[in-house]
Amino acid sequence: MSDAIIGGKDRIAKRFEKLRAENRAGLVTFITAGDPDPETSFEILKSLPAAGADVIELGMPFTDPMADGPAIQEASNRALAAGMHMRKTLSLVRGFRDHDHETPIILMGYYNPIYIYGVNEFLEDARNAGVDGLIVVDLPPEEDSELCIPTVEKGLSFIRLTTPTSDDKRLPKLVQNTSGFVYYVSVAGVTGAGSATNDQIIEAMARLRRHTDLPIAVGFGIKTPSQAAEVAREADAAVVGSAIVSKIAESLDENGKATDNTALVVSGLVRELADGVRNARK
Amino acid sequence: MTSAPNSINSFRTLPDPEGHFGQFGGRFVAETLMPLILELEQAYKDAREDPAFRKEMDYFLKYYVSRPNPLYYAQGLSDHLGGAKIYFKREDLNHTGAHKINNCIGQILLAKRMGKTRIIAETGAGQHGVATATVCARFGLPCTIYMGAKDIERQSPNVFRMRLLGAEVKPVTSGSRSLKDAMNEALRDWVTNVSDTFYIIGTVAGPHPYPELVRDFQCVIGNEAKEQILDAEGRLPDELVAAVGGGSNAMGLFHPFLDDKDVAITGVEAAGHGVHTGHHAASLTAGRPGVLHGNRTYLLMDDDGQIKEADSISAGLDYPGIGPEHSWLKDIGRVNYVSITDKEALSAFTLCSEKEGIIPALECAHAIAQIIKTAPKMNKDQIVLMCLSGRGDKDIFTVAEALGVKL
Ligand SMILES: Cc1ncc(COP(=O)(O)O)c(C=O)c1O
Repeated sequence: MSDAIIGGKDRIAKRFEKLRAENRAGLVTFITAGDPDPETSFEILKSLPAAGADVIELGMPFTDPMADGPAIQEASNRALAAGMHMRKTLSLVRGFRDHDHETPIILMGYYNPIYIYGVNEFLEDARNAGVDGLIVVDLPPEEDSELCIPTVEKGLSFIRLTTPTSDDKRLPKLVQNTSGFVYYVSVAGVTGAGSATNDQIIEAMARLRRHTDLPIAVGFGIKTPSQAAEVAREADAAVVGSAIVSKIAESLDENGKATDNTALVVSGLVRELADGVRNARK
Repeated sequence: MTSAPNSINSFRTLPDPEGHFGQFGGRFVAETLMPLILELEQAYKDAREDPAFRKEMDYFLKYYVSRPNPLYYAQGLSDHLGGAKIYFKREDLNHTGAHKINNCIGQILLAKRMGKTRIIAETGAGQHGVATATVCARFGLPCTIYMGAKDIERQSPNVFRMRLLGAEVKPVTSGSRSLKDAMNEALRDWVTNVSDTFYIIGTVAGPHPYPELVRDFQCVIGNEAKEQILDAEGRLPDELVAAVGGGSNAMGLFHPFLDDKDVAITGVEAAGHGVHTGHHAASLTAGRPGVLHGNRTYLLMDDDGQIKEADSISAGLDYPGIGPEHSWLKDIGRVNYVSITDKEALSAFTLCSEKEGIIPALECAHAIAQIIKTAPKMNKDQIVLMCLSGRGDKDIFTVAEALGVKL
């Protein structure tokens, strides 16, 4: 299993090395590219590392986000309504890289927009923009030849989702072409739904550790700093998405437009979450 | 019609083990669902080879669905059009009034076999929802039906029928509030309730093995029709015609005839306000290959890969995709796909009612409209066999409104 190397440096591996050295878990934050509009989204994106995000997941908007709950569906709709599309998503990343060379960015979404962009062209452009990895929800290992293998060949990470339905029989197949880290979706369900208990997470972590040495990030249903802290005691990283995206929704004016508050409330929440994660093992 | 590549001896051998029909099909689903989909594939393989399963299916198809239904010579319409002899395969006479029940019987028996205790389904016109609610009532399983809010308005009789049958009907308000969004919502339910829930997909779409198993369950249409036309005419028809939404009634009719090279086959998509207007549901005519709802197939989308809303007066055809096997049959040229506008379907709806005393579902009114165009140009000794996929009672409010009649 080769880690993704980009021009001799692998941001994801370096970031998890740093976290290990600091003896703490990381905070992975999810926002949707272009939500609520491209400019505000860029502002939010730039503010994340300083607020305490260790890894950034950037959602690629899609009309039919089948594995997402209402919060991320609406984020996708807001972005699309504001004229977001794949090329703009990549230029957000490019813009971000002018300011930040170290925080890994993972693009997350569904296959169709990538397929229509053209897999090779997309991977080329994504790598040049400074993307480090991909999470594509509707591509199980059975479809690895579509995007996973070309991604790894291009030197980017393909991060797989593992779930409560991933048993010892299934896991070897899941970790096979995975690199960067493994994402554990802690509940069977859509994003933003209920959360797993600590015992369930401990049990799942033990199962995953039997199959991979990669860092494990746990997500789905984490909303508060104390929940994030609880996960951070067991996992290598805690992922928060719907809670952040909901903050964006709450900050909008009556016409659904960004306000002066929008970027601020996001960094406010991320700061609290980061505090939770950073103090978890103390 | 372009002819098929010579290397193909049979058009009936797909999908391959990975669920592909050429480049189409596949299993593009969230990982949470994958173990279940593999389990379903195995369960279906086992069931298919189990004579007891076949026997139980046959029993329910005969005594519950009321099969075989007739192949009816539509003399009134044939005489009126003055060309080919038109036969209707009368799926409208099935219990619940459409072909959808054929598939639901198969899937509920499969669900029982797998020990599942809860059923979910998506529905557009409500016919699949009604058929699902019906088999759930019969087999004593609770069911939740997802239906777009827009479809709930235009198919209210079916919503009431589902509720009478004990189903929970959940309105879907996301996206275009029609069939595609109902399918998204059903998939979301399924990922959340993987362990106990069986998803009865209503058409030949979705991840493998659905396109295959729904096709197999619907092939009863074509198998019966073949026997019946040989009985009635002593030969195969010159042309088959069926409406395609997701494509299940069409695939059920077409598949048993695919290797009969002299039988021309025509699938009819919904052109809505006209393909040139952009407001239509003709994914094969005007779409391109993409990935949605678990499979690669022709889809309506923009240049960014964002799915477009479909538009058709017929809720059952109002879907921006199509079953993957149809995409393959289009590309290899075995089936010819055409499209019919709302307006043309409406006049076919009234003409069929007047000439045959049969009120057809708006979906298959599209197939009738195609025949209205082509039959007059054919000889009197030529035979067209059409799938009358359902009855039109559910559509009378929509049609009344379109015709400016107040009920
Ligand atoms: C009567 C009838 N015909 C046709 C269809 C279209 O579906 P399919 O293309 O799967 O047969 C529907 C769908 O609701 C229907 O109710």
